[in-house]
Amino acid sequence: MSAPMSADLAQIGKSVVIKGDLSGSEDLYVDGQVEGSISLKNNSLTVGPHGQIKASVEAKGVVVQGKLEGNVQASDRVELRKSAVVTGDISTQRISIEEGAYLKGKIDIQGRAEKAAGK
Amino acid sequence: MASVTHNFMKLFRGSSGGTEATTPQAAPKLLRRSSSLGELSRQWEADSPLCVLDLGSTSAANIRFFTERSHKIYSEDLLVASTDPNLATKDEQGNRILDSRRFLADNLVYPAAHFDAVLCWNLPDYLDESLVRPVMGRVWSVLKPGGMMLAFFHTKDAGPDSPCYRFHIVGKDTLEMQPIVLRRETRRGSAGAIHTSINDGFRLQRVFNNRHIETLFRDFASIKFFLARDNVREVLVVR
Repeated sequence: MSAPMSADLAQIGKSVVIKGDLSGSEDLYVDGQVEGSISLKNNSLTVGPHGQIKASVEAKGVVVQGKLEGNVQASDRVELRKSAVVTGDISTQRISIEEGAYLKGKIDIQGRAEKAAGK
Repeated sequence: MASVTHNFMKLFRGSSGGTEATTPQAAPKLLRRSSSLGELSRQWEADSPLCVLDLGSTSAANIRFFTERSHKIYSEDLLVASTDPNLATKDEQGNRILDSRRFLADNLVYPAAHFDAVLCWNLPDYLDESLVRPVMGRVWSVLKPGGMMLAFFHTKDAGPDSPCYRFHIVGKDTLEMQPIVLRRETRRGSAGAIHTSINDGFRLQRVFNNRHIETLFRDFASIKFFLARDNVREVLVVR
């Protein structure tokens, strides 16, 4: 599966390994390995089928097709595709989980009002 | 209603009972009424948010069901976790067992008395023998006093090929059930190894009789059996 093409999409390929903190203001597609933290407050993170993330994630939207170990905080939505393997707590407004996805953790669905109040 | 009854009777008969062959692409979802879920669901209507642990396969329906009611839900698929090859060891007689201490170091790790309800579904029937008692002991400890646990047990009439199901809550006392077919790559183990050998569903490990079930839950305050017309007993235990 190839990464979606977009002008405002940064990509981390299969052979890339990053250790440290990632932050940015564009959407990010990760098919490699990232260990540390990822912060994309107004943008989306997509973990590709070969992606292996070991990091806390903060983003507007998160789509997981590969492996993600760490807590996820998404201000909008989280999508776990059928090949997703996620270990960590998820806090978001909306979540969709395909049949076959593996999730180990707490799911906290926060309404907009709750988010605004910082609960 | 007729189709519900038909599906109800079709469940858990095993291959000898004529259960339709399924493929991963066409795994049918079957409806089943559950009296124990109906009793447990009275808790869902509580005003205060509850903390619920689902030990079955990850289910978007269950997550939606609880979060829509402002409850907190935790999901942890213990059957898949038990397939970690690093758990394999041998007992004093040289028999192959799974290392329960290691298993509980990585799984079911929660503060004591954390949950109001635990959904075990048919986990005890499919879990490796060496893990059943330790897991139920841990479940007891993470349940709040007065908290409830739901479990399903096959009767002796169930065939060894009785399929393991993924349970989706679709109503107060109604479940949607779907045979579990595992994919080839399941998850990454704690040691970093990727488990790739699984490509089939789980096998029924044993059949508990009522006395076995009572012994298994002897530390709980009460146990209630719900007899169904199919080859399943539903059990609701209270810590």
